[in-house]
Amino acid sequence: MKIIGLIIAVLTGALLIYGTVDFPGWADPASPASTHLSPHFIEKTMEETSVPNIVTAVLADYRSYDTMFETTVIFSGGVVCFILLRIFRRKEPEDRLYRHVLTGATIRVKEGGKIPPDSDDFERIDTLWTPHDLIIKTVCRLLIPFIQLFGLYVIAHGHHSPGGGFQGGVILGASIMLLAISQDLRTAVQRMREKVDALLSPTGVFIYAGTGALCLLLGLNFMDYSALASVLYVDPVTARSHGILIVEIGVGVAVMATIIWIYNNLSSAGKYDEGL
Amino acid sequence: MQMLVAKYNYWIYITLMMIGLYAMIAKNNLVKKIVGMSIFQTAIILFYVSIGAKRGATIPIIEHGHGEGHGAGTHMVHAVDYINPLPHVLMLTAIVVAVATLGVALALAIRVYNRYNTLEEDEILAQIREK
Repeated sequence: MKIIGLIIAVLTGALLIYGTVDFPGWADPASPASTHLSPHFIEKTMEETSVPNIVTAVLADYRSYDTMFETTVIFSGGVVCFILLRIFRRKEPEDRLYRHVLTGATIRVKEGGKIPPDSDDFERIDTLWTPHDLIIKTVCRLLIPFIQLFGLYVIAHGHHSPGGGFQGGVILGASIMLLAISQDLRTAVQRMREKVDALLSPTGVFIYAGTGALCLLLGLNFMDYSALASVLYVDPVTARSHGILIVEIGVGVAVMATIIWIYNNLSSAGKYDEGL
Repeated sequence: MQMLVAKYNYWIYITLMMIGLYAMIAKNNLVKKIVGMSIFQTAIILFYVSIGAKRGATIPIIEHGHGEGHGAGTHMVHAVDYINPLPHVLMLTAIVVAVATLGVALALAIRVYNRYNTLEEDEILAQIREK
């Protein structure tokens, strides 16, 4: 198998390298990719959509169908992870470990044993529990709000600087993952419950598709945001800019919820009790 | 020699892509196959981003002053000054979709491990043949 794989890889590589003979040179301004459509985008984006970041404008306006279905793909990825992994049967783990907060004593509760009542004296701990590191815990607690603020900035400021819904959504999702890694999975799930993930993920896709459908209802083409001018009381060019923002928020919400959903399912193998 | 200097970037991506392809074909461990898939995707992303490069151009965000309305008519925007935004858009979405597909692949690997207690391909195949 290794020999066959090596032969296939070397042959395909040789064919591809032979194919590069016809390719344009490195950073050639006259290459085919840079001569047909992209000059139109670069020169007309500002007057047509009033968005300086061309990448954002092309992503959410000119190629909005593509982005809408990319968002749907991400949502589907989250749903597939959920269906493959989530275990709903309430099968209690053999031993649960509780820790007495004041004395630091660990209690092992056998299967079928009496679980201590919900008091502040005991906290549930993972099987591979290690004492929390003060530096990691404190730094993460201080950083997470700023990471989330930065994520919101990246979404909201995507018109004028590198950023947008995908990047901001991933940053917001990473902040919750940081919580899950620095504390434990149960803390993160308490902050962002599974139902919230499962609701926000399709909500983002719905915001995106709903904006497009609203344009259709207002009498223009699907995803032609200039139709929103009559709703938002602005001129059609500014309406396209605002439409892009609405769509980016939808993308950000969908990506954030889906990333957290996938992480929760993968790290606990669908049990949602003990994570990484 | 001239051709090699002008097109060395493609050679790097092809090498990277073939490393990923070889890992997907020849590696025995399923997680290593998934890593190979990620390397393959990264090679394609690098290839697309390098297509968008232009000599002497800057990032595709139009420079603009404050409070000048839509910016139309205030100054001309020339396509030579900004790199091609289209490959960036395609790869922006491709990166996030790669994360979603990686999640699905890892979820499948976890299911396989739960069923067969191993991630080695030959051991899984042997267990399937036994049944």
